[in-house]
Amino acid sequence: MVTGTPPTGTPLEEELRRLAGTVPDPELPVLTLGELGVLRAVHVSAPGRVEVELTPTYTGCPAVEAMAADIERVLHESAGMTEVTVRTVLAPAWSTDDISAEGRRKLTEFGIAPPRTTREIDAASAAREPIPLSLAIRCPHCGSIDTELLSRFSSTACKALRRCVSCREPFDHFKEL
Amino acid sequence: MSTVPATRSAALALGDDALILSHRLGQWAGHAPVLEEEVALANIALDLLGQARILLSLVGDEDELAYRREERAFRNLQVVEQPNGDFAHTLARQLYFSTYQHLLYARLAAGGGAFAPLAAKAVKETAYHRDHAEQWTLRLGDGTTESHDRMQRAVDALWRFTGEPFQPVEGLDAGLGTEADGQGVDWQQLESDWLASVSGVLERATLAVPQGPRTGAWAAGAGRQGLHTEPFGLMLAEMQHLHRSHPGATW
Repeated sequence: MVTGTPPTGTPLEEELRRLAGTVPDPELPVLTLGELGVLRAVHVSAPGRVEVELTPTYTGCPAVEAMAADIERVLHESAGMTEVTVRTVLAPAWSTDDISAEGRRKLTEFGIAPPRTTREIDAASAAREPIPLSLAIRCPHCGSIDTELLSRFSSTACKALRRCVSCREPFDHFKEL
Repeated sequence: MSTVPATRSAALALGDDALILSHRLGQWAGHAPVLEEEVALANIALDLLGQARILLSLVGDEDELAYRREERAFRNLQVVEQPNGDFAHTLARQLYFSTYQHLLYARLAAGGGAFAPLAAKAVKETAYHRDHAEQWTLRLGDGTTESHDRMQRAVDALWRFTGEPFQPVEGLDAGLGTEADGQGVDWQQLESDWLASVSGVLERATLAVPQGPRTGAWAAGAGRQGLHTEPFGLMLAEMQHLHRSHPGATW
């Protein structure tokens, strides 16, 4: 199931959307595109012809082309679509809030601290913190909340590099966007 | 494209800012003082490159525009073409430009015009760019005598380029209302917000806010008209060399 957007298409469009949603993210293969929340719409315009709308996580995300190619392949091979067009759309902008609960669980399991939701940050910053970016982030290895920022930018633009003060392991944190 | 000419010239101005700064930051690859900064600067460059691709695609073929135009055809601000210098110069350039870009994109995102979708997306990224520049300015300014002096020299050296960004860009807010309606760009307000933000960071970093002119006879700034500083031609020669020598090369 794709989170955030209620299903509105025909049963065929829903099925194609589900299939496209099973494609793994090329850079974070632990997540599917559905869990990442980057699929925006699926329109069947004629028999065998489908248009998919995809939104990038970051403006410069180099994975978008690979995602589009994978979606085309899956819809060709598994659904017999003859013509698949993948369009990139910018609005509404993707947010880390679009990552599903299952996606967050998988990120933690994979050793990446998931992004906090806007709701969590708002609640915490209303309570005490003046700078939401520095709210406590839990170590995905040992669960400690005693972690420190090493660098705002890590292996990809969407992650920050942190270190756990308790278990001393470095880890990636999926930055809130 | 169906975009009106004024919107195209605005897309070229913003797209060239992003493209040229992206290339400058990319020049740090292999040279940054620590690995984390190498990665950070490359990530910021990648965000900017993504913006440039979208903006230049509104104007024409992105590769043609990036690799086949002569120096005079580029519309970027002079501040983004300035050489990397030492790490402090790069950070001063980042502080000045990312603060401008962040404030501008926030307005464009709210205005609902032609650039709103990109601006709404990019403003979330520029928040991280600005934060990165701010944290380093504080650390170097309020650091050792050496780091303080070098950061001060850097913010002083680039100060004369900081008036140019606030000359209105034609077509950027075409068809929008005034900023008071939550639309359009009030350039004077943008400039005073920029000054307040940058001065605040410099003061907290124990640095003196530079006193030199930002506009006028002794200041620089005609990049939006296609007039550039000497280092730009050298950078462009390097950036375009491969494509011009081997047209259509891929790998």
